[in-house]
Amino acid sequence: MPFIPHTEDETRAMLAALGVATLDDLFDEIPADLRGGEFPLPPGSTEMEVAREMRRLAGNNRPLVCFAGGGAYEHHIPAAVWQIAVRGEYMSAYTPYQAEASQGTLQVLYEYQSMLASLCALEVSNASLYDGASALAEALLMAVRVHRARAKRVLLPRTVAPGYRRVVRTLLAPQEVEILEIPYDETQGRIDPDRLAAYEGQDVAALVLPQPNYFGQLEEVDALTGWAERQGVVTVALVNPIALGLLKPPGEWGTRGADLACGDGQPFGIPLSGGGPYFGFLCCRREHVHQLPGRLVARTVDSAGREGFVLTLQAREQHIRRGKATSNICTNQGLMATAATIHLALLGPEGLRRTALRCHHRTRDLVRRLVAVPGVERVFEGACFHEAVLRLPRPPREVLARLASRSILGGIALGLDYPELAEGLLVCATELRTEAELEAYAQALNEILAEPWA
Amino acid sequence: MSEVPDNLRYAKTHEWARRDTDGTVRVGISDHAQEALGDVVYVELPEVGRRVQAGEACAVVESVKAASDIYSPVSGEIVDRNADLIEKPELINQKPYAAWLFAVKPEVPAEWEQLLDADAYRRVSESGD
Amino acid sequence: MGLIFDLSQPGRRAGVQVPAQPAEPPEIPERFLRSAAPRLLEVSELDAVRHYTRLSQRNYAVDTQFYPLGSCTMKYNPKVCHALATLPAFLELHPEGMEWGGQGTLACLFELQEWLQTITGMTAVSLVPAAGAQGEFAGVAMIRAYHRARGDTARSEMLVPDAAHGTNPASAAMGGFRVQQIPTDRDGNLDLEALGAAVGPQTAGLMLTNPSTLGVFEKHIETIAAIVHAAGGLMYYDGANLNAILGLVRPADMGFDVIHLNLHKTFATPHGGGGPGAGPVGVREPLLPFLPLPRVVREGSRYRWLTEADCPDSIGRLLAFGGNIGVLLRAYVYLRLLGKEGLARVARYATLNANYLQKCLIEAGFTAAFPQRRAVHEFALTLKRLRKERQITALDVAKRLLDHGFYAPTVDFPQLIPECLLIEPTETESKETLDRFVEAMSAILREAESDPATVRTAPHSLAVGRLDEVGAARRLDVAYRRESEAAVPEPAAFPGNQ
Repeated sequence: MPFIPHTEDETRAMLAALGVATLDDLFDEIPADLRGGEFPLPPGSTEMEVAREMRRLAGNNRPLVCFAGGGAYEHHIPAAVWQIAVRGEYMSAYTPYQAEASQGTLQVLYEYQSMLASLCALEVSNASLYDGASALAEALLMAVRVHRARAKRVLLPRTVAPGYRRVVRTLLAPQEVEILEIPYDETQGRIDPDRLAAYEGQDVAALVLPQPNYFGQLEEVDALTGWAERQGVVTVALVNPIALGLLKPPGEWGTRGADLACGDGQPFGIPLSGGGPYFGFLCCRREHVHQLPGRLVARTVDSAGREGFVLTLQAREQHIRRGKATSNICTNQGLMATAATIHLALLGPEGLRRTALRCHHRTRDLVRRLVAVPGVERVFEGACFHEAVLRLPRPPREVLARLASRSILGGIALGLDYPELAEGLLVCATELRTEAELEAYAQALNEILAEPWA
Repeated sequence: MSEVPDNLRYAKTHEWARRDTDGTVRVGISDHAQEALGDVVYVELPEVGRRVQAGEACAVVESVKAASDIYSPVSGEIVDRNADLIEKPELINQKPYAAWLFAVKPEVPAEWEQLLDADAYRRVSESGD
Repeated sequence: MGLIFDLSQPGRRAGVQVPAQPAEPPEIPERFLRSAAPRLLEVSELDAVRHYTRLSQRNYAVDTQFYPLGSCTMKYNPKVCHALATLPAFLELHPEGMEWGGQGTLACLFELQEWLQTITGMTAVSLVPAAGAQGEFAGVAMIRAYHRARGDTARSEMLVPDAAHGTNPASAAMGGFRVQQIPTDRDGNLDLEALGAAVGPQTAGLMLTNPSTLGVFEKHIETIAAIVHAAGGLMYYDGANLNAILGLVRPADMGFDVIHLNLHKTFATPHGGGGPGAGPVGVREPLLPFLPLPRVVREGSRYRWLTEADCPDSIGRLLAFGGNIGVLLRAYVYLRLLGKEGLARVARYATLNANYLQKCLIEAGFTAAFPQRRAVHEFALTLKRLRKERQITALDVAKRLLDHGFYAPTVDFPQLIPECLLIEPTETESKETLDRFVEAMSAILREAESDPATVRTAPHSLAVGRLDEVGAARRLDVAYRRESEAAVPEPAAFPGNQ
């Protein structure tokens, strides 16, 4: 029987010990009318049959050379990362409730927390959340809790990824937190710090600052954080972790730094996988740690004074605080955090910096090549990190479809989420893209735009 | 058996209340409550100036295994909080009747009379509630 | 064993992992840049491999140990599920390229939706929630949306049994509901009288796990559903314990309107030391418009995501993209391997193992919390006598089990059973393993008489002894900081921001 070890003799012996004749007798407390359900499902298959079928289905996926970002990025993943992360000792363990028998997972998570907190220049990181978007929503709920007056209004710039804004709306709606969307400057593609004056004295709990923002543009984080500091508004940084190898960390923004920093950790060793599993990170100052959602690991000692690790401040969490917990999260994305820790250990500060720089240059090179195609131009001025918005002379959705038929994922069409950018295409090139691939993209785009259009 | 000083009043939810000479009411948690909770690792205290109703949750005491809301036994304004507990929450375990959490300037005198006396509270805590 | 940070040497690096030194500085104004490199660590590849391999050996896991953690369904995670879900064609796909490049993945997800619909009897399924708790939030949000769509805004209260998982009340609160607890009767069933008194025009719904968290089947489930429905409320099914009735009973037939499943429990996807999981939600017809996005739809021979344009009344998005797809693929492979008859076998043998183990432990001198009831796929012991007579707690016994080479059952949950051990053996454990577990438990019981101090101070044979959780919380150390930050040389200087 698949994955069930019982021999017939053993089953018989166990049933006899229980004084019942058949396995079905064990379900005698379930009302009989509930046991008549139909399950029109196919029979089981052998491992080799299923393998054949899954390979066939995988074959229906088509590899595309990736020039899309928008919250998920194709980076090199060192072979060592997943060879270790999928060891059964990590992969088939549960949340480390029995600390003494879970020191592996616990220490990895402590190291993870240390690395993320250090990258963000904040004191505390939790042990992961589901993804960047839900981490942002959790950060905003936390911001409302730590805000002096617990104001129920947050500022969410339109330069935050549209997908993230949707998740924030879903998760904040039941708490009746009002979301005010801030427009962006049409030339710079970023928040105009002067425009924030309109929100002064408006009882605002939090301001989200994406760096880089969804368009790849760099926000004036010092000025914006400074504004939030003066207004008593909690600053929630939303950052790309690779960019932190190069850009000023949230803890150093303004004069006293952002209060919370969150984002998606996928760029740290997590395969694209069509959209998940990734993981969210959330960092904060020490003074706010009791409002942090999710698991947290602490270093401590055992009865003999030996160093060890435990889950801590669990009274924040649902299994103790129930309806009054900081969040309902239980299972997080532990294995992804494990992989990210190994990834960061291999990369080191210099590897991270070089990766960030390489992505930055690759995107610059890509933009140069693409704007050389007639009719294509950059939409926004100013510095960007590893993404940029281009204007196409043809509808981007259709251009993307034609590029896809040439095995190129050319970026993300912006028109659906930004009607004012109906001609906009968000492009990205990471360190993995080669000169030849950039050239192939430019050439394909050139040819496609020269094709007849209905 | 836990200690229940005769000179204090109590709430069913295991807070004790002491009335200062100026009428201010200081609030802590009983010996029974601290024992049930275990080693306290964190307290959250109300802001001075906040107005609370009798029975309103306005502080939190946490141990490793549990978290307990602390309800103000009387209505009024929070006039003081015991900031020592933030650094040293273990004082609640060591001296529960000295480790007051917050002080209320009461507004409804009748509420004090409705609180339990030591004998009544002993019966509550012994019933294992 | 030291931290990875202790191995760090300035200038050492895992060379091949790192791109070559770029020739040019960034085209970014200085005010945006870091002034110093982040304080990460610098180790060789072998340093890292050895460190994390050795660390892994400090874990108990299903692959190494019996893991009878109640309510968590720590069954064997078949290797083939992992192997096939991680075929490169599945891993290399960008979420924005699914429509063109992800037809194979979408086909698997569509099929999985269909399987889960059939298994639960629901009309439709959304696979997107990342874990059980997120599924609960989605379910609760759908209940809210359903009532509001009917103009019924008075339903502000969610009923939750006192024995429920903590996520239930937490999710209800996140979903904007007041939580009303319903007590449990002496047999471990929901107290019908209390339920009858609690329901009313304010009732949005009841969240229920069945079989319950107490390890018994809620006998009056049909009556409960009738009471809640008559009051205008909806029935929410927490699928944490579906393993006990998989392929035998459909939640829809029990009267549930909304469900979530835990693929990392029932459908054998690995727990990963705390995730990722997957918590798909399913609904009956009236709640269909509210399902979270995206869902997969088949149009002719092609598949695509449903979006806001297709489902304007959806509660919306829970994640930036389409869910924990890697986990979903593993569950799909598992279902294909098991097939119809394999599903029912899971429930039968999980139940056999639990009942057999409970029987043996009672014979060994332990007290079941509900000896008058049939165990389902798990059961609860109460150790209150041991506590009273020997001052040995459930936690002490759990820790001592670690010395015997077993992971511990769930301790102190459900909270209404004093000194509780919740034990779930799962169907993938053999009789010999169960017998060895009984021997270990018996040995601990004997030791509680002969040498109680050893039990109270366990574990004794692991890399660390019992850890100081109180000290950990009071002197909070949650991130490594170098003893003397100043003494550590700055990592390589930064071009472009001197």
